[in-house]
Amino acid sequence: MLAPTIEAAPQVKPDKPLFEARGLTLDYTTERGTVRAVDAVDFTLAEGERLVLLGPSGCGKSSILKAAAGFLAPSAGTLTLSGRPITGPGPDRIVVFQEFDQLLPWKTVLDNVAFPLTASRRKKKDEAREIATAALRRVGLERVLHSYPHTLSGGMKQRAAIARALAASPDVLLMDEPFAALDALTRLQMQRDLLDIARETGLTLLFVTHDIDEAVLIGTRLHLLSAHPGRTITTLDVSAFDMRDLGTAAFETVSRRVHAALFGGTGGEP
Amino acid sequence: MSDIPVFDATHPAPSPAIPTTRRRDGLRRITRALWFRRLTVLVILALAWELAARWQDNPILLPSFLEAFAAFREASLNEGLLLAAAASLAVLVKGYVAAIVIATVIVAFAVANGFVRDALQTVAAMLSPLPAIALLPLALLWFGLGEVSLLFVLINAVVWPFALAALQGFEGVPETHRLVGRNYGLKGPAYVRQILIPSALPALISGMRVGWAFAWRTLIAAELVFGVSSSSGGLGWFIFRARNELYTDRVFAGLATVILIGLLVEAVAFRGLESATVRRWGMLR
Repeated sequence: MLAPTIEAAPQVKPDKPLFEARGLTLDYTTERGTVRAVDAVDFTLAEGERLVLLGPSGCGKSSILKAAAGFLAPSAGTLTLSGRPITGPGPDRIVVFQEFDQLLPWKTVLDNVAFPLTASRRKKKDEAREIATAALRRVGLERVLHSYPHTLSGGMKQRAAIARALAASPDVLLMDEPFAALDALTRLQMQRDLLDIARETGLTLLFVTHDIDEAVLIGTRLHLLSAHPGRTITTLDVSAFDMRDLGTAAFETVSRRVHAALFGGTGGEP
Repeated sequence: MSDIPVFDATHPAPSPAIPTTRRRDGLRRITRALWFRRLTVLVILALAWELAARWQDNPILLPSFLEAFAAFREASLNEGLLLAAAASLAVLVKGYVAAIVIATVIVAFAVANGFVRDALQTVAAMLSPLPAIALLPLALLWFGLGEVSLLFVLINAVVWPFALAALQGFEGVPETHRLVGRNYGLKGPAYVRQILIPSALPALISGMRVGWAFAWRTLIAAELVFGVSSSSGGLGWFIFRARNELYTDRVFAGLATVILIGLLVEAVAFRGLESATVRRWGMLR
C-alpha cells in the first residue's frame, strides 16, 4: 500500500464514540455478479466531531454514507450509533443529499423543514412549525417560509435542506456532497455558514466530498479512501483549519499532502 | 446632430405617440390571448355553418346554426336534454369511480409484485388497441340490456389507461423523494400517502384525465345503441332518437351538449385540480 506521507491523526481517545464503523464491507449485486464497493473500513465519530470521508469517485464514500443512513445493509462488519447496531433508516440520522429535489415540491419550505418532526410524530404540528421557523431563520431563509421549493435558487434549496436537518436535531448529521451542484461563490458562502452553524450547535457530522479544500475546511478529521474497492488510506487531523486559512501556505501544504496521499506522488507537486 | 430630434412646431413632442403604441400593445395582447383566439375560431365556425346551411337549404340534412341553437334551448327546457345529460353523467360517475378504485388496487399489487406488474402491462397492451365500445356486444350477451353492460364497458375503458399511467407515475418517483421519506422513518401506508402519491400526482391526474375522456366517449357511443333505462335514456340515446324522428336540429343540440360537458369537466375539474396542486408546486408547467 501507499506509504502515508502525512503523520497520522493524533490518537485522541474519544471520550465516547457516538458513531462507529467496524470492518465495514459493502457489496452491490449487479447482473454480472457482486461488486465490492467498500472493503473493511473502520472509523469512529465522537460527539461534536466532523469526520469527512474523502476520496476519488468509486471509493465508496457515498455507499458508506448510505449504509450509515440505513439505506444499505453491510455484507460484513458493523455500524453502531451509541452502541446500538443500525438496522434501517431513522430520523436520528438525517441525510442532506446533493440533489436539489430533496425538498418535497408539494410542501412549502416551512412544511418541508417541519416534515421530519411531524413524519416521525415526535412533535405536534404547531410545535414542529415553531422549531422549523427557528431553523430557517438560522440559515437566513425567514423570507421564504411559505414559498414552494420550485421558486427557490439551488443555494436556497440546500439551505432549506440543512435547516430541515437542524430542525430534526439528529444524533449524527449525514451530508452527501451537499454543495457539489452549486456555483463556486455560493459554495464558499455555504461552507462558511455550515462551519458557523457547526460551531454554534456542536453538531456531529459525517460529510462526504471529493473536494480536498472543502474537506480540509469542513472537517475536524479526514478519512482518506482509495478506489475500487474503497479502502482506508489514512486519517488526519485538520481541526486547526477554517475559512480564514483558505489560501495560506499552511492550508496549501495540507491540501497538497492530501492530494499526494490520494493520488500518489511526493506531496510537493499537486 | 441632425439625427437628434428637435422639438419645435414641425416636430411635435413625442409624448402623444406613447398612447398609440400602448393601444397597439394592448390590441396585440388581446389577439394573442387564448380565449380571444378560441372565440374567433368559434365565431368563424358558426358563420360558416350558418352560411352553408342557408345555401344548402335543407333543414333535415343540415339545420342552420341558429335553428340548432334554438333547438338546444327548446330541448334543454322542454325535451329532457338536461335529464338525458344527467342520466349519462350518473352512469359515468358510477363507472368512473369504480374503475379508479379497481385500478388502484391492481396498481398497488403491481408495485409490490413483479409478476402482477408484468401481467398488468401485458393485459393493458392487449386491450389498448381495442376500443372499449367493441366489448359492448359481449357485454350485452353476458349482462343483458341495461346499466350493468354500460358499466362493464365503461370500467374497461378507464381501468387500463389509468392503471398504466399510475404505475408509470409510481415507478417514476425520484429516488431522492423515496430516500427522504425513508430517512424520516416513514413506512407502509404513511410512506405511500405522504411520499409516493404526492410525488406521482402529475401522472395520476393525467391518467384520470385520459380515463375520463375515454369514459365519456365510450359511454355516449354505447348509449347510441340503447338507452340507460327505459324511462330516461342518456345523451347518446337522445341523439339517436332525435335522428330517428328526423329532428336534425336536436341531433346537433345533443352533440353540442356532449362537447360542452366534456370541455367543462376538462377545463373546470381537471385544470382546476392541476392548478391547485401540481402547477402550484412547480411539478408541471
